[in-house]
Amino acid sequence: MTGIVLTAPDMTRAITRIAHEILERNAGAENLVLLGIPTRGLPLAVRLAAKLAEVEPSFDATGRCGALDITMYRDDLHRHPTRPIGATTLPSAGIDDAIVVLVDDVFHTGRTIRAALDAVKDLGRPRAVQLAVLVDRGHRELPIRADFVGKNLPTSRDERVDVHLAETDGEDAVILTGGAK
Amino acid sequence: MKHLLGTKGMTREDAVLILDTAAQMAATQDREIRKLPTLRGKTVVNLFFEDSTRTRISFEAAAKRLSADVINFSAKGSSVSKGESLKDTALTLQAMGADAVVVRHWASGAAYQLAHGGWLHGSVLNAGDGTHEHPTQALLDAFTMRKHLMNTDGTGVDGKGLDGLRVAIVGDVLHSRVARSNMHLLTTLGASVALVAPPTLLPVGMDSWPVDVFHGLDDALDAQPIDAVMMLRVQRERMTGGGASFFPSPAEYTRMFGLDGQRMARLADNGIVMHPGPMNRGLEISAEAADSPRSVIVEQVANGVAVRMASLYLLLAGEEQS
Amino acid sequence: MSGAFVIAGAKINGEDVGTIAVRDGVLIDPTDAGTGATRIDADGLVLLPGLVDLHTHLREPGREDAETIESGSRAASRGGWVAVHAMANTNPVADTAGVVEQVWSRGQEIGLVDVFPVGAVTVGLKGERLSEMGAMAQSRARVRLFSDDGICVYDPVIMRRALEYVKTFDGAIVQHAQDLRLTEGSQMHEGDVSAELGLAGWPAVAEESIIARDVLLAGHVGSRVHIQHLSTAGSVDIVRWAKARGIQVTAEATPHHLLFTHEEARTYNPLFKVNPPLRTSEDVEAVREGLADGTIDIVATDHAPHASEDKDCEWAAASFGMLGLETALGVVQQVMVDSGRMTWKDVARVMSHTPARIGRVEASHGRLLTVGEPANLTLVDPASRWTVDPSALASRSHNTPYAGRELPGRAVATFLRGTPTHLDARFEGAFA
Repeated sequence: MTGIVLTAPDMTRAITRIAHEILERNAGAENLVLLGIPTRGLPLAVRLAAKLAEVEPSFDATGRCGALDITMYRDDLHRHPTRPIGATTLPSAGIDDAIVVLVDDVFHTGRTIRAALDAVKDLGRPRAVQLAVLVDRGHRELPIRADFVGKNLPTSRDERVDVHLAETDGEDAVILTGGAK
Repeated sequence: MKHLLGTKGMTREDAVLILDTAAQMAATQDREIRKLPTLRGKTVVNLFFEDSTRTRISFEAAAKRLSADVINFSAKGSSVSKGESLKDTALTLQAMGADAVVVRHWASGAAYQLAHGGWLHGSVLNAGDGTHEHPTQALLDAFTMRKHLMNTDGTGVDGKGLDGLRVAIVGDVLHSRVARSNMHLLTTLGASVALVAPPTLLPVGMDSWPVDVFHGLDDALDAQPIDAVMMLRVQRERMTGGGASFFPSPAEYTRMFGLDGQRMARLADNGIVMHPGPMNRGLEISAEAADSPRSVIVEQVANGVAVRMASLYLLLAGEEQS
Repeated sequence: MSGAFVIAGAKINGEDVGTIAVRDGVLIDPTDAGTGATRIDADGLVLLPGLVDLHTHLREPGREDAETIESGSRAASRGGWVAVHAMANTNPVADTAGVVEQVWSRGQEIGLVDVFPVGAVTVGLKGERLSEMGAMAQSRARVRLFSDDGICVYDPVIMRRALEYVKTFDGAIVQHAQDLRLTEGSQMHEGDVSAELGLAGWPAVAEESIIARDVLLAGHVGSRVHIQHLSTAGSVDIVRWAKARGIQVTAEATPHHLLFTHEEARTYNPLFKVNPPLRTSEDVEAVREGLADGTIDIVATDHAPHASEDKDCEWAAASFGMLGLETALGVVQQVMVDSGRMTWKDVARVMSHTPARIGRVEASHGRLLTVGEPANLTLVDPASRWTVDPSALASRSHNTPYAGRELPGRAVATFLRGTPTHLDARFEGAFA
């Protein structure tokens, strides 16, 4: 199947469902910290945080949502031109003893999350780290799994999954391209 | 970016990229764990032909914070006693597998020769060559100025240059690589530069330089509000010694060019006092000025590590360039 | 060489095509050559009187690792030279009759060029007391030119005395004009490039002020002074002024000062480090004009070989100087002849007749190409295009700034008193 696999309404529903699942799994929003992985994990984290605050008004959507830049922890830097480093912002209280939920758009090989775990380890000692992704496209290269998934999307290796977000791309859509004809 | 040899010819984009990257590096230094794995497996050699513990330690700290392996190579030799040749030293380092060589040398052009001589395959980072350039010093100076002076609207400094700032560089410009590197970088980033020195300490042939020249610090302060004043270290030996006669006496120098409390009060509001170090307290800068709240001299040192981390990252982290 | 030979088809002095013949080292009438004479086809070539270099460093005795009288002679003959004046800054310094006779007789022994030693002005080049110039003048080397080259004769009284003293034997003082105090630690021309590169500057006035002083001294005592390697527009002006007043001053320019500017230093390549330094394009233009209009009398190479460790290093640690013997003709053709500023006849004047006259060797060198004169000849191929390969040069050293450059004007045959001292491959086997 090629083309749009998730429409804007699909995405909104998925984010809403993930928000509920996070609250259910953690029995509320206490000690929760959302960290979005740039680029698109960040606006997704912001949306998710807003959703959590809708359901659980005690959750501080802006103060408990941050960014985790993983560039300096990647294992493939030498294979690409030099990447610019983005900002890492944490809640003022840090992440010690918090339940950190990493947020990313596409979950693929797992290497990004592995780098994110290394980064989190250097920033503090959370009570737990969980992973929320909008799309899981399979083909894991490391033993890492997601806790919260918007859509499971089986793909072949030569296919491409692009997530578009209004904040970065002007529209909401998940698009699948390529693959054998 | 394969080498970092100087600020002359550096584009504004590259300069701002280094500053922005340095800001991210600086942020990591506030954490409990200040080390990053980014340059793990890379070897950085500090090749110092001139003694400079401060600069060497700064580069060493920068490399280690990025998990690179550091080798310190203190080479002997001077313009008087040649010692092991630059070529032989470079070939040795290449054999040792240096990914980057941070070189400080007493001869102008040494960093260029190392980078283009065909003896080394790695990146060359100029930590000061003779009286030619010292790019990371200029970058850390620009980083410091940007942080203090370019956030007046509260939007932060990311992506910004030094547009509209007025910077005065005071002292022995003729023999200063710091002055040259700063002059190029400051103009590239949009600042205007005033060089303040007696005519004996200014180079012949600087007519095309994009700077204003003053032969007294008071004149410079009167002409235009100065946002940052950078005091260069004066070498006493140059004063009257050895018949060089660049200046009659330290006392006269201090009277005409020294930064004291009175002159400091005539800087622009929020104006800052800078010095690349080490200082001659009482000569080019008074204790009052050096220790005042306007002085960012100590912070310059900390910023040096972040800027050098950024430089090493940008030279070494990406794919290898031929 | 006793068998006769004929050179046919060359442009004599670059002018009319003609034929010359040689027997027993002397030019003869071609009709007397005889049918058995070896015939050299010189179609398209230019025949000049054998070139005479007034400024060469042969480094022997003392620095045979960089050059010997033999390797230097070979480099000279390949460059079209039949005579070179060897500077005195050897080790030991050529400040006695003994050393100059040693150098002279070694040159004779090798027999590729006539080596005329230049005697030091002061003992040990120290600038303190005059050397035994009389003894050197009367030795077998018959020294007429005296120079502390490498170092300026700085003390005005010593310079005056030297100028006065050499009148005894029609000698000349050859000055390396460099105010020592103004150039302490200097690395390159003082100007906008040195300001940017952070290399200590060498102001033009350091050369000009000494020349001004010395032409006035020479005029005052009525003596001959020769100024080496003129490099600035101001220097040319001063020499022009002095000549207009009848002062007995002559001047030389090197090929590199006709071609390169201080911009070459931007790569920090020490092959371009030289004393005096490469100057601005205005200076180069003035030197070219000066050579063309006769203010500068001659081209001299200042051939300065250096061992590779003295050049393959940081600029500030490198020695000053470049090779020049094998590339001079090509550079002069490229800059002066091909551009129309000078003719080949002018080249004969500035590279043969006038240097021989200044060196007082005109009895045997720099003579006209007429019957009865010694057969000192240089055959040049103006159409040649050759790429300078440092390892292919005859010099022991390799410090040529022309490495990898294409030059015209290759000397294809050189004859010293009728003996071929250099023959291009095309003439191989011509002289069995």
